[in-house]
Amino acid sequence: MIVVLIETGAEGVTDTSLETLRFARDLAAEGGGVPVHALVVGARPDLDELGKHGISTLYTAGGEGFASYAAAAWAAALIEARDRAGAVVVTAAGTPRGNEVLAHVAARLDVPMAANAVAFDGLSPLVVTRQVAGGLALEEMQLTQRPAVFSVAGHAVEATPADSATEPTVEELAPTLTEADLVARVVSTEPGAPDESGDLKSARVVVGAGRGAGGPEGFGAVSELAELLGGQLGVSRVVTSLGWRPHHEQVGQTGSRIAPDLYVPCGISGAIQHWAGCASSKTILAINTDAEAPMMTKATYAVVGDMHEVVPAIVEEIRRRA
Amino acid sequence: MVDVLVCVKRVPDSSGQVLLTDDAQAVDARYVGSTLSEHENCAVELAAQLVEADGGTVSLVSIGAAETVEQLRSALAVGAGAATLVETDLRDFGPSDIAHEIAEVVRAHAEAGRTHDLVLLGNDAADTGDFQVPVRLAHALGRPVVTGIRTVSIQDGRAIAHGDAPDGGRETFDLPLPAVVAVSEGGVSPRYPTIKGRMGAKKVEIEMRQPSRAPVGSGRVRLTLPPPTPSSVQVLGEGPEAAPAVVDLFQSLGVLR
Ligand SMILES: Cc1cc2nc3c(=O)[nH]c(=O)nc-3n(C[C@H](O)[C@H](O)[C@H](O)COP(=O)(O)OP(=O)(O)OC[C@H]3O[C@@H](n4cnc5c(N)ncnc54)[C@H](O)[C@@H]3O)c2cc1C
Repeated sequence: MIVVLIETGAEGVTDTSLETLRFARDLAAEGGGVPVHALVVGARPDLDELGKHGISTLYTAGGEGFASYAAAAWAAALIEARDRAGAVVVTAAGTPRGNEVLAHVAARLDVPMAANAVAFDGLSPLVVTRQVAGGLALEEMQLTQRPAVFSVAGHAVEATPADSATEPTVEELAPTLTEADLVARVVSTEPGAPDESGDLKSARVVVGAGRGAGGPEGFGAVSELAELLGGQLGVSRVVTSLGWRPHHEQVGQTGSRIAPDLYVPCGISGAIQHWAGCASSKTILAINTDAEAPMMTKATYAVVGDMHEVVPAIVEEIRRRA
Repeated sequence: MVDVLVCVKRVPDSSGQVLLTDDAQAVDARYVGSTLSEHENCAVELAAQLVEADGGTVSLVSIGAAETVEQLRSALAVGAGAATLVETDLRDFGPSDIAHEIAEVVRAHAEAGRTHDLVLLGNDAADTGDFQVPVRLAHALGRPVVTGIRTVSIQDGRAIAHGDAPDGGRETFDLPLPAVVAVSEGGVSPRYPTIKGRMGAKKVEIEMRQPSRAPVGSGRVRLTLPPPTPSSVQVLGEGPEAAPAVVDLFQSLGVLR
């Protein structure tokens, strides 16, 4: 028995949660076809969709205690779902919330937790392979205690539907919540503009810039190139984390997933979490001082050089020919 | 007045490529050097700003090898006033061991009359990426915890913490102290040490401790490197001289307007 915490957004169940369901189904199949159950908190996703992804039981938790996000309360619900299902595996997507809730579950049950699994290998003992060092290395980790608690990294598997659909039954949970479960809850939310990244996601051309831009003033030439190509600017997480550019421009696992005809990453090393967001680009032209950077070896085309020299030269050449 | 404890970890400075130790149990720092992660630099900066605003003290704690003193000194140089090192070989330590040892330090300091109102950590360690030490620590101490936090302020004895909402907005938490907060990089820009700061950091006597119990470990079998993807990249040239070849490519792809 497996219980998956699923997250929902404006468009229903999130992609990373659907990927996690797929991972759970693969694990369930390996275990002889045990059922996969899901828990959703404070939302009621489309049951048909969940059926397509092979859920047996959908546990729901709603009501006042779940009106705003509190990781410990979500963990209480997930533990209740696990108890009801008699689950030996508890999992969620390797998102900030998924990892946070699972950490509470693991701490409360005093069992280990593996963050950001990409694969599993064998059931007895259960060994998961997970991303460490920002995805630059992998760790094989044994989960011998039950429940086995792990999160599934984005893009580890494809969110394909199950071979045969199920008709999930719905069970409402009413876990007892203590003061301690609710003390760290969201007290207010300021919405970001959800559509700001829309242009980036649908752009035919994206010009990317990473740490190589050097600072907030380093985006002039790349922005100009994006404009000349009728495209959008996309950036790495380092760039948004340092506050050089807004988050809605971020490409990657925790940013937008893009699929342009042409992606031109400049000064971006090509970490696995960045690659997760740009792997669907048809053609990639990388510009980087380091010919050995992962982005340079994975790209279709590359120019070795300083983006602050190469990009202005390209802009000039386009203008010269126009 | 607020007493802040910042938990920091000495990690390999690996952006780009990593090597593994011969026994495949850790990332090898021999050729890349060691550092603090960006999450933790931001946590130190947040602590320094809190104390500048409200008065109080910033202390550091780390669990790790004797050389971790280097990282503690560099963090002392940017605003912390005291530091504790629980000296040990981290290889056998799992996340619950780390949380346990930090909790022991917090308790020992409380018994000695130093209550750390706010414990800040990085959201996840840059090398092991466990995403759970802050939560386990909070459980061990019986304190509230939030993770993924970019900025914190203290108002009327409470910690007001801001993080990113899943849809890209901003979430606010309001926690009673004492509390545990896990910081994600990006909310503040870590400052550079001044000469005065460096000089002062050298004089601080670092409290040395031993682990309080044998570690339970992490379940790690071994580390591996992801298989290199075969490269079929076509190099168009080097430096600005490559510009004509690039624009030829744009033309052939039909992306020029
Ligand atoms: C859970 C998690 C989620 C993440 N999600 C994302 C995500 O969604 N998106 C994302 O991008 N990252 C994400 N990351 C971070 C990711 O691991 C990398 O840290 C990040 O992508 C690196 O950004 P970068 O390539 O700009 O910087 P670096 O890795 O520092 O690379 C900079 C590159 O620029 C080159 N360079 C330097 N100067 C110049 C110059 N003048 N001209 C040309 N090249 C130059 C260097 O050779 C290097 O290759 C995530 C990490 C984690 C752990």
